[in-house]
Amino acid sequence: MTEPLLVLDGLQKSFGALRATDDVSLSVDAGSIHALIGPNGAGKSTLIGQIAGALRPDAGKIAFMARDVTGLSVPQRAQLGLGRTFQVSSLAMEFSALRNVMLAVQARKRSTFRFWRPVRGDRDLTDPAMLQLERVGLAERAQLPVTALSHGERRQLELAVALALEPKVLLLDEPMAGLGGEDSQRMTEVLGNLRQEAAMLLVEHDMDAVFTLADEISVLVYGRIIASGSVADIRASQEVRDAYLGE
Amino acid sequence: MVEMSRENLFNAAIAGLLLALPLGAWALGESYYISVASRVAILALAGVGLNLALGFGGMVSFGHAAFFGLGGYAAGVLSHHAFEGSAFLNWPLTIDGSDSTLTLWFAALLVSGLVAAVIGAISLRTSGVYFIMITLAFAQMIFYLAVSLPTYGGEDGLPLYLRSSLPGLDLSDDLTFFFVCYGLLLLAIFLSLRLVGSRFGAALQCARQNETRLSAIGIAPYPVKLTAFVFSAMITGLAGALFVELNGFVSPSILSWHLSGEIMIFVILGGVGRFYGPIVGAALFIVLETVIGGYTERWQLFLGVILLGVVLFARGGVIGLLAGKARHD
Repeated sequence: MTEPLLVLDGLQKSFGALRATDDVSLSVDAGSIHALIGPNGAGKSTLIGQIAGALRPDAGKIAFMARDVTGLSVPQRAQLGLGRTFQVSSLAMEFSALRNVMLAVQARKRSTFRFWRPVRGDRDLTDPAMLQLERVGLAERAQLPVTALSHGERRQLELAVALALEPKVLLLDEPMAGLGGEDSQRMTEVLGNLRQEAAMLLVEHDMDAVFTLADEISVLVYGRIIASGSVADIRASQEVRDAYLGE
Repeated sequence: MVEMSRENLFNAAIAGLLLALPLGAWALGESYYISVASRVAILALAGVGLNLALGFGGMVSFGHAAFFGLGGYAAGVLSHHAFEGSAFLNWPLTIDGSDSTLTLWFAALLVSGLVAAVIGAISLRTSGVYFIMITLAFAQMIFYLAVSLPTYGGEDGLPLYLRSSLPGLDLSDDLTFFFVCYGLLLLAIFLSLRLVGSRFGAALQCARQNETRLSAIGIAPYPVKLTAFVFSAMITGLAGALFVELNGFVSPSILSWHLSGEIMIFVILGGVGRFYGPIVGAALFIVLETVIGGYTERWQLFLGVILLGVVLFARGGVIGLLAGKARHD
């Protein structure tokens, strides 16, 4: 068994009296999808924020590719190969879809401090960017500004931007949120095909998607992981049903 | 693409007009208007500098007079020492005065750039209204520093008796001086165009639109913004050196917060983030000052009304009004 790509060890985060993250430990193995489920307010986004580096944990450690990244900033972690999508799409709204992905390509190439050559028509950026847009099914909408894209298309674009970083691990914060049946099916398919390329920590409410995709599921309630295991384990667990699945 | 070419056409018309006016004035022997055109070009250049920070980087600097003034003082002080035949600095190294235009420009670029690196490094740790206030505070500090320097005229300023010399050109000729200012203005716009269109420019514009996004893809916004802030200040600093040359006088008024506001007005009137906007803004400002200012001292009332109209009804400024919305690809 190789070392997991991402290991959380005893993470703690409180906001005042609220324990948003309470001694959370979990790991994401290479080639696998680890789903994180739980009711609203369970602290899923807070946890993603700490892994991505936007929030600093009060205690605990985050190791990424066998390296302690707890003290690193968001850009530093992204450069190491920790990609993320946001629960609420967060994009450069005035740019076209293509430009958004091109910027991620240039970030991966660490070539931001180039001041002269126009990015427009720069095949080194446009070709890899178009490739990612095609994968998520957005190639035909590449030239449109983000403001002209539908909600679902923005979700797809978020993923394309994250993929352009060629991440080792993807943190996906509710990628299906607000998607219609057809779109979420497509997203499920795209994510399923990605697993070998990037391991994923998937926060999701859409149980069909979670049960289809996940290799492992952890259930977060009030900041604590109350259960962790395979899809079958979680489906069978009485505790999880009581706390969350509501069956 | 149709919209783009319309803006290009409009830009060409603006640049052409600014060139035609002093030529016409020269033909009619009205040399006063040549220096008015030079003023427009210089103030527009200052605006082009601010536009880089404000328009493309979203950094609302209310302290750009600091860089304009520092550029002006750098040039003015060296020129003053050249006239006196004294040295600006004897220790630890000797810096003599200079009447070489290129040296003065270099000094202006250097000083404004270095100070911007310090001011920016501190100010960019804040954002929003705090950034506006802290840039203003720094500019005020430099203003009062200049006021308290008796060697260089203190509050009264310093007359400069020496015209600087540029190889092959006679800058004391009004029209030649205009051409130099005009050339530098177009050069600065061209450099801005390249910069904004480059990879660096893409990151800078993303920093304006969504810093969280920029961080998430692994580009730290801070160094990007700081670099742009320094470039921005250097362009405005060069404008300050030209302004001092034009007036033959340097005083703390070029460091005052009024001027910071005026440079911002040039940018907003013309259109925030529009490459040729500062020319329109500066021209409109000077026209109002010259024409309405000839009738009443309260010409700024009209400026206020126009500014209000632009802010309320034409966010893209005059260029946005006439050439349509800015386009990104």
